[in-house]
Amino acid sequence: MRAIDRTWGMDFGKHLRSLNQARIVVAITVAIFVIASATLPGFLTSDNLIAIIRSVSVLGILALGMAIVIIGRGIDLSMVAVMAMSVAWYLQLLNNGCGDHAALALALAGVLAIGLVNGFLVAYADVPAIFVTLATGSFTFGFVRSQLIAQDAVMVPGDHWIIGLGRARPADVPADIYIFLLLAFAAFLFLRFTKWGRYVYYAGDNPMAARNAGMPVRPMLVLRYVLSSLAAFVAGLLTASSLQSINTRVVNSTLLYDIVLVAVIGGIGLSGGKGGVRNILIGAALIGILLNVMTILDIPQLEQNLIKSTILLVAILIDGLLNPRDEQTAQQGDI
Amino acid sequence: MRLKTLAAAAALAVAGFGLAAPVHAESDPGPAAYAQAMNGKKVILVPMAMGFDLAQGWAAVLEREVKAFGGTFETRDPNWSTEAGAQAITEAISSDPKPDVLIVMAPDLNSYSRLLKKAQEAGIFVLLIDNPANFAPDAYMGSDWTRLGALEAEAAVAACGDGSSKKIGLVQGDEVNATSIYQYEGIMKVLDAADGFQVVAKPVSNWDPTNSRTVTATMLQQNPDICAIIDFWDGDATGAAAAIRDAGLQDKVKLITTGGGEQTADCDMIENGTYHAVVMTELVREAGDMVAMIKYLLQSGVKPGEHSAHIYTLEQATTKANLRPDSCWNLKALQAMNQ
Repeated sequence: MRAIDRTWGMDFGKHLRSLNQARIVVAITVAIFVIASATLPGFLTSDNLIAIIRSVSVLGILALGMAIVIIGRGIDLSMVAVMAMSVAWYLQLLNNGCGDHAALALALAGVLAIGLVNGFLVAYADVPAIFVTLATGSFTFGFVRSQLIAQDAVMVPGDHWIIGLGRARPADVPADIYIFLLLAFAAFLFLRFTKWGRYVYYAGDNPMAARNAGMPVRPMLVLRYVLSSLAAFVAGLLTASSLQSINTRVVNSTLLYDIVLVAVIGGIGLSGGKGGVRNILIGAALIGILLNVMTILDIPQLEQNLIKSTILLVAILIDGLLNPRDEQTAQQGDI
Repeated sequence: MRLKTLAAAAALAVAGFGLAAPVHAESDPGPAAYAQAMNGKKVILVPMAMGFDLAQGWAAVLEREVKAFGGTFETRDPNWSTEAGAQAITEAISSDPKPDVLIVMAPDLNSYSRLLKKAQEAGIFVLLIDNPANFAPDAYMGSDWTRLGALEAEAAVAACGDGSSKKIGLVQGDEVNATSIYQYEGIMKVLDAADGFQVVAKPVSNWDPTNSRTVTATMLQQNPDICAIIDFWDGDATGAAAAIRDAGLQDKVKLITTGGGEQTADCDMIENGTYHAVVMTELVREAGDMVAMIKYLLQSGVKPGEHSAHIYTLEQATTKANLRPDSCWNLKALQAMNQ
C-alpha cells in the first residue's frame, strides 16, 4: 500500500515537473483566449486575430534575434537602438537626395558593423555581453542622433518602396505577418537543422566543453550578434513601412524590456542553452492576446502594466517552484 | 510787406533752429537703458528634448533675439529623460555666471517644481513653456490644454455631423502628463454637452506611434462605425493614421490631433488627407511672447517669483477648409535665419 502510494507520488511529481514555464504560459494564454472568445464580442474574428498577430510581429522579429543570442548565453541590449537608428539614418540619406541603393548599402554596412563590434568584443576581448551591447547601443543612438539625423522622427519619402511594403496586403493579410512567420521558420531551420545552429545550444550550455570539442565557439558568437543586428534592421524597416516614418524616441521606451519579456516568458532561460522558436511564438502570443483583450476592455494603462507584470511573476514563480535550479546553474549563475 | 514777411520767416527759422538743437542733443534714453539691462544676459532653454519641431523652432527664434540684444543663449537636451532635465536645471542654478532666465518645458506636473522654486530663489527668472506644472513661474507660455481639447472635440463633432454614428475614439497620451489630463478634460466637456455623442474607447499610446497604431486597430475592430478619432499628439498620431489606412476607413474615420504646426508634420498631412484637423500652436508668435517676457522681466525691476501670469497662445483647429499657405511654419526657413 505504501509502495503504491510512493509510485503514485513520484508519477505526480514527474507530471508536475514536466509542467515547465512554457507549458504554464501556454495554459494561461489558452485560458485567456477561450474566455475572451466567449465573452468579448468581436474578439474571435479573423480581422481581430490578424490584428493581434500584427501587433506583435515587429516585437516577435526582435525577440527571434534576441533568442538566438540568449540561447548562446549572451544578450543584445543594442537591438532597439540599431533598429531605430539604422532606419532613421537610411531615411535621412534618402531625404538628403542620396540614391536608394547607396543609402541602403550604407545603412546595412552600419548594421553589420555594430553586430561585428558586439560579437568581437564579447568573443575575443571577453567583455561581458551586457556591458558591450549597452555601450554600443548608447553609442549608436548618440552618434546617429547627433551627427547624422536632424530630428527624432524621420519621414519616409513619398512613393518609396517602404511605403509600398506597408500597403501590401496579400490575401488581406499585412506583409509584416508574412515576414515574421518567414523569419520564425528560418530561425527554426537554423537552430534545428544546421550544424552551427545546433552548436548554439552546446556553446550556450557549456562554452568550455564546446570549445574543447572543437567547435568554432568565437566565430559562432560573432555570427549571433550579426544576426540579431540584422533582425533589428528588418524590424525597423517594417515599423517605418507601417508608420511611414520612424521615431527614434522608441530607444527610450520599454521596448527592450518587452523583447526580453517575450523571450523569458516564453521559457527561454537567461542562462543559455535552452529554448527555441516555439518559445518566442508562445511568449508573443501571450503578450499579443493580453494587450488586445486589455485594449478592448479599456483597462487604464497603469493597471495594464500591473496585470502584465503579475502574469510574468506568476509564471516565473511557478517555474521556480516546480523546477528548482540544478547544481550546474547554481554554480555558473545566470547572466 | 515783403521785407516784413522775410524777417518773420528768418525769425521763425532761427526760432526753429533754436528749438531743434536741444532736442537733438537730448537723444532717446531708451536704447541705453535697454542695452544696460539686456547686455550680457544669459538665457538657457531646457525643453524635454531638442529633437522635435517645437523645441527647434523655439530655439531658432530665441537664439536670434537673444544674440541681437547682446546676450548669450544656450540649450540643454535632456532627450526625454526627466532625470537628465533635472540635472541640467541643477547645473544651471549652480553655474557661474548664473543664467538670468531659465526657459523650461516640464515633463509632468511635479518633477521640477521644487528645483524651479530654487532657481527663482537664486535670482533666476523661470518661464514655463508648453507643459503646465504645480509651480508659479514668472510666466507660463503655451497652450491652455483644456481649451485645446475642447477645440479638438468641436472639430470632431463638426466632422461627424448630425447624421453620423456620433461615436468618437480617443488615443490618449498617458495618464500622468498635464497635457494629456487637461486635454482629456476639455474634450469630455464638449462631448458631454454635444447631443448624442459618446466616447466608445479611450486607450493610451504612451506617446508612441506603434502603440497608437495597435490600439487604434483594435478600437476600429470593435467599433467599425466610429466617425472620428482624436489622438493627443501628432508625434504618435502617425500610428493612428496607419491603422485607419490599414482598415480602409480613410474616407469614413476623421483623424484629429494637435501639434506644433510644423509644415511637414502638420500642414502637409492635412493637405494629403492623413489628418482631418490639427489644433496647432502658432510657434513663431509663441516664441515672440517668450522674447517679450524676457525683455520685460529683465528691465522691469521685478524680482524672480514675485508675480506669475499665464500667457496662453491663441489656437485654432486647422482643416483643409481654412488651411492657408502660412498656416504652418517651416523649420528649415526658421533655422536659416540664424545662418
